[in-house]
Amino acid sequence: MTYIAKPKLHHPALTPNALGYLRRDYEGSVSTLCAGCGHDSISAAIIQAAYELDLPPHRVAKLSGIGCSSKTPDYFLGNSHGFNTVHGRMPSVLTGANLANHELIYLGVSGDGDSASIGLGQFAHAIRRGVNMTYIVENNGVYGLTKGQFSATSDRGSRSKKGVVNHDAAIDMVSLALQLGATFVARSFSGDKAQLVPLIKAAIRHPGPAFIDTLSPCVQFNNHAGSTKSYDYVREHNEAVNRLDVIADRKPIEVDYEPGTTISVTQHDGSVLSLHKLAEHYDATDRIAAMAYLAERQAEGEIVTGLLYVNPDPGDLHGALGTTDRPLNSLSDAELVPGQAALDRINAGLR
Amino acid sequence: MQPTRTEGPDYYHKVVDCQWACPAHTPVPEYIRLIADGRYDDAYMINWKSNVFPGVLGRTCDRPCEPACRRGRVEEEPVAICRLKRVAADNKSDVGPLMPPVAAKRNGKRVALVGAGPASLTVARDLAPLGYELVLFDGEPRSGGMIRSQIPRFRLPEEVIDEEVGYVTRLGGVELRLGQRIESLKGLLSEGFDAVFVGSGAPRGRDLDIPGRKEAAANVHVGIDWLSSVSFGHIEKIGRRVIVLGGGNTAMDCCRTSRRLGGEEVKVVVRSGFEEMKASPWEKEDAIHEDIPILNYRVPKAFTHENGRLTGVTFEIVRAEYDDKGRRNLVPSGEPDEHHECDDVLVAVGQENAFPWIERDIGLDFDRWDMPQVDPVTFESTRKGVFFGGDAAFGPKNIIWAVAHGHDAAVSIHRHCMGEDVHDRPPPGFSLVSQKMGIHEWSYDNDISLENRHRVPMLDKAEALKNVRVEVELGFDSRLGYAEAQRCLNCDVQTVFADNLCIECDACVDICPVDCITFTEDGEEADLRSRLKAPALNLDQDLLVSGALATGRVMVKDEDVCLHCGLCAERCPTGAWDMQRFTLEMTHAEQMGGAA
Repeated sequence: MTYIAKPKLHHPALTPNALGYLRRDYEGSVSTLCAGCGHDSISAAIIQAAYELDLPPHRVAKLSGIGCSSKTPDYFLGNSHGFNTVHGRMPSVLTGANLANHELIYLGVSGDGDSASIGLGQFAHAIRRGVNMTYIVENNGVYGLTKGQFSATSDRGSRSKKGVVNHDAAIDMVSLALQLGATFVARSFSGDKAQLVPLIKAAIRHPGPAFIDTLSPCVQFNNHAGSTKSYDYVREHNEAVNRLDVIADRKPIEVDYEPGTTISVTQHDGSVLSLHKLAEHYDATDRIAAMAYLAERQAEGEIVTGLLYVNPDPGDLHGALGTTDRPLNSLSDAELVPGQAALDRINAGLR
Repeated sequence: MQPTRTEGPDYYHKVVDCQWACPAHTPVPEYIRLIADGRYDDAYMINWKSNVFPGVLGRTCDRPCEPACRRGRVEEEPVAICRLKRVAADNKSDVGPLMPPVAAKRNGKRVALVGAGPASLTVARDLAPLGYELVLFDGEPRSGGMIRSQIPRFRLPEEVIDEEVGYVTRLGGVELRLGQRIESLKGLLSEGFDAVFVGSGAPRGRDLDIPGRKEAAANVHVGIDWLSSVSFGHIEKIGRRVIVLGGGNTAMDCCRTSRRLGGEEVKVVVRSGFEEMKASPWEKEDAIHEDIPILNYRVPKAFTHENGRLTGVTFEIVRAEYDDKGRRNLVPSGEPDEHHECDDVLVAVGQENAFPWIERDIGLDFDRWDMPQVDPVTFESTRKGVFFGGDAAFGPKNIIWAVAHGHDAAVSIHRHCMGEDVHDRPPPGFSLVSQKMGIHEWSYDNDISLENRHRVPMLDKAEALKNVRVEVELGFDSRLGYAEAQRCLNCDVQTVFADNLCIECDACVDICPVDCITFTEDGEEADLRSRLKAPALNLDQDLLVSGALATGRVMVKDEDVCLHCGLCAERCPTGAWDMQRFTLEMTHAEQMGGAA
């Protein structure tokens, strides 16, 4: 950590967004993570995305569990709502908050320990229920806070800093998310903001469960030769299937690329995702094909990144449950406690 | 583009904007840190070594450092560097014991210095410790040159001049021959000096030859002569209504002095627009503060007079027109002429050199403007062994330039007297030393103060206008001095980057408060400048470009608005960034060796 706060002075050329905020206004307090931690880059990417999307800070709720990753919400969106939950329980607290008030933008931030070990069940159910949220896993494949044990996402055969070989199979969060019904699934790398920022923006605009697995090297305990989550390894094995270039509210003009290499996906809310294809034949709207491709490339030791799957017309939990259109805190007592007659009607309907 | 070459002194020197802008290259951030630390003696001595007159300059310097100050590009105003220098001078203890000792033995060389102003005194300061015998000649009865004759006492008290001139004259081997004006250079040369330095200034005030000048002569005064007469106590009064003609700093001194000698209605009238006036903005402010209106776009046409007595000045009203090359022309506005009544006029429309005492047949060539031909590096004239400096060399500038000339001329004089080539001058020395003390600890205070520039306390206006010898600025006290010192960004603590250590984790990019750092594909400079995290539009400021990194990209840092907060180095996991203090050792005569 640093002893001084980040100086408030900023570059004179910074421009305000539509709400009049500068990018610096979306920052939080100064990071206490180790120098060089990938998580800080993800925080910076979230700040950039929130600024570019003109998000009103007071309409964002950021929730996290326990761990290095789960400390990070303190370091971005300092004027947004925050909830630092029990270890691994962020998904259910987020689900509850979303049920109570679906008008906020929900950002779940978690790590490989929080989501793939203690919170694996929570993760699975929040995804399969279709909670409208952006769920970011800051995945460094190691338990950094407890000094470097393998985590559940450490690859079999990879080595710890001390040279120990990992014998356990890795949980692949992306494959899980695809299987469990996430309607937006991406993988990215903390060291590639050009890829990560548009993905976060698209995930926030996505009206359903959006999951981003973000490889985020732990400089202190998992950035050595033999690690499969180091800066060098990820850079060498990174295979981006596409580049998300534009998120616009109308159809973008496609002039930059050769015909056939750019596809546009129009989401339910009218926003357009313009995907520049890097891997030939990769179709980001075909879930089954995506799962097969991932398994195939993974077997080759490659790390597939990019927007891996998007369902342009997803449903969400509220739609499935037929909940009220209005947040609970805006309902009156009369609406919340309809009285004996209403209860009798319901009971009668169930006989 | 090619990786930035940082090997010599220039790259990092240029990052220290204030030091680079200072003609004498005073290590500004270094002395400001010492002031913040309460080490006033050390702060004073650093200044003394580089600019000889810290107490004088801390009140009167033209401060080229301040417009250059990086702080002025990050927020509203630069650090009050000039007035901080005064804090060191005001609060120091007895620095006598810190001064160089008198040379153990003389080196047998005699140098004549013409004029006892800042340029000559600097030469004396540099050469005396080496054992030279220095003879300073001045036509005035007191030493100091324009520092004493032209700068009014309410801006610069006599004691400060006496003290700082005294430090030089006490160095040993310095002889002052005051009241002895040199009337012939040929004569002086025949006295067998090993070298002669001409630091006689630009002593002739320009006059204004317009109708009525002769008839009204009794009440029309040439500004610098009048100021000098006031300084030496020959003039103690002026009329109730005064017009000052001219827009430079001398004009400002004239009008403010008039206000203190009985001038109640004092106004400054200038030909140009207010903005283009030569006077420093703060000097204009001070004049306006003393209820002196500045009327612009008025060209004096005639002095009006009655019975041999001045009655006023007639002005033609003009306006500025710019031609296609952007050159300004003052053209008549067509409005009727204006007449301003007054009792006295002070003419402060410029000053010039005058060398009637230099014979033109002694191998010392003059150019077509009748100025001596002086080498801009060695300060030697076309006659071997005769050197020029200060206003005498290249026309009117200011004290800090005179000091810079003096240092360089002293190097030449020393080389000349030792029988060596004056062109053979070693470059300045420099060093870079890491300031890292612990994982997150630096030897300088990297927490950036958010305070705005502090105003220097002033004496109450009514009090100040009563006496021409009472100093009007009170100076920062130590508390305000500390607060102002903390505004300094420590630009001499450099961000030094080692390509081979970088793992491209982006930590520095993410933490940088001013978006200085970008990792990107290499390209030509103009292209690079346009695609950085924040565009680098200030072309006066360099880019620090690394060699190719592991991914093939390069690190580009725009020096423009870097706060030198060191957060990039704190967040760097591999030490690829380090904060290193840059120290420049200017080449002065004492570093040259060769002393007897």
